[in-house]
Amino acid sequence: MALFRRETQRRVNTLPLVAPSVGVLLIWMIIPLVMTIWFSLQNYNLIVPTIRGFAGLDNYAYLLDDPALWTAMINTLVLVGSVLAITVVFGTLFAVLLNQDFWGVGAARLFIIAPFFVMPTVSALIWKNMLMHPVNGLFAWITRSLGLPPVDWFADVPMLSVIIIVAWQWIPFATLILLTALQSLDEEQKEAARMDGAGPLSMFYFIILPHLGRSITVVIMIETIFLLTIFAEIFVTTSGGPGLATTNLAFFIYIRALLEFDVGGASAGGVIAIILANIVAIFLVRSVARNLDA
Amino acid sequence: MPTSQRHKLMMSLLGWVVAFLVFFPILWMFLTSFKTELDAVSGTPNIFFEPTLENYAAVQERADYFRFAMNSIIISFGSTILALVFAIPAAYAMAFFPSKRTRGTLLWMLSTKMLPPVGVLVPVYLIFRDLQLLDSHLGLVIVFALMNLPIIVWMLFTFFKEVPKDILEAGRMDGASPRQELRFILIPLSVPGIASTGLLSVILAWNEAFWSLNLTTVAAAPLTAFIASFSSPEGLFWAKLSAASTMAIAPILIFGWLSQKQLVRGLTFGAVK
Repeated sequence: MALFRRETQRRVNTLPLVAPSVGVLLIWMIIPLVMTIWFSLQNYNLIVPTIRGFAGLDNYAYLLDDPALWTAMINTLVLVGSVLAITVVFGTLFAVLLNQDFWGVGAARLFIIAPFFVMPTVSALIWKNMLMHPVNGLFAWITRSLGLPPVDWFADVPMLSVIIIVAWQWIPFATLILLTALQSLDEEQKEAARMDGAGPLSMFYFIILPHLGRSITVVIMIETIFLLTIFAEIFVTTSGGPGLATTNLAFFIYIRALLEFDVGGASAGGVIAIILANIVAIFLVRSVARNLDA
Repeated sequence: MPTSQRHKLMMSLLGWVVAFLVFFPILWMFLTSFKTELDAVSGTPNIFFEPTLENYAAVQERADYFRFAMNSIIISFGSTILALVFAIPAAYAMAFFPSKRTRGTLLWMLSTKMLPPVGVLVPVYLIFRDLQLLDSHLGLVIVFALMNLPIIVWMLFTFFKEVPKDILEAGRMDGASPRQELRFILIPLSVPGIASTGLLSVILAWNEAFWSLNLTTVAAAPLTAFIASFSSPEGLFWAKLSAASTMAIAPILIFGWLSQKQLVRGLTFGAVK
């Protein structure tokens, strides 16, 4: 891809064209970041205004001592990991399915990608009220009809419930990306494999899956960025509970900041979230940069 | 029936079962929006019911629905326009006058997307409080414009790259300045690309929930917040909630369906062709 090929052309001062975008993004990034770090080193609680001043690393020490932080971190990893696994597996299967030629495949594709466009608060409420409600929900009716005891989804398996909802929202994204990748697969290569007597399964393992490798990396990286800060789904369904069962890092910081007014503690949590996200970001930017050069 | 036909039939069956299952929650919500409240909460699901429009009427009557919808429109379109104003010149410069720094700048822009919003929630909240931007349209317009700016620059950059250089060259020969070149040649030529970029930005802003839940309360709250406010009253308003939700997602669903191809490109930053 000759995305960055340079050509000889007349010199144009591009600074006035690029500077505004770069400038506002720089401000948007630097100021809150510096403030977050600064607050994280302060005693700063909005309901205890008398105690102010430099706290050093106290907020971090206090936070790292708090078992809730570790629970939130583990919950974040469980949520991200499970959703990634589910979406990649189902995304691959659905993409292979939609890559077949069948009646109405175009319309079927539209239906399968639809959940991605539904705002998270709406999808969380549909699942919470209409499907997973322990008495009036559709799932309760199904289990009742089968003579099984009803499942109180958000009380019995809260994390699983959130995972199901989030996975439902992100499967379409994985499907779309992987489908696009599949469509770029060389027909001749498939034909050659078929001539050599490859069945559908060996075709999948030896031709399709390797071809999808890079796209699966892209799916994982991009989903991770969004999944690390899942908020609305938890806000609407469980509010992080019962107990801390579905409190992820984003929700943990939200509670600290806007419900407990502990600016210092919340900022320290924010810094930890930023560090976590950056570990992921390094890999993502690298893989995108590689794609640019290819 | 020949094997290929039977294969096609099986695939069609499988494909439509999967499509039905994935789409089912949305379909169910859509159906519920035409039920009476009593039918909606009945533990036994009924597919055959007397459809009613009373929920839509009820949602309309509650004047707030339109205020929230209006807020969503103002914020998502406002932020998109603002971001485009910043992004078009930048993408133009980077696509047609690339320098040593261009590649690094683009990647750096992308990296700002990695900053988790929750990490900077506190300072942004406090800055907004001091600037009286909390619960204001302008506040969310600014936040969403900044949030989507990197994606918009990337997408426009990709689209501009596809415009034949010769056409711009011809304009340049006729003495067009870069500004004129941008305004009279490039923008008219790239209307489809700019439109799909804008569409993606509107979709992302429309559905954004983190900032809108945390930075607004009433006056500027968009539909995401309106819908979230239904989360507390259990069981009572499912039909009305479904009607409101249907109205909240319908325009974006249609937008999304129309622009699905370009959307993939935007979201992968061009990494998957």
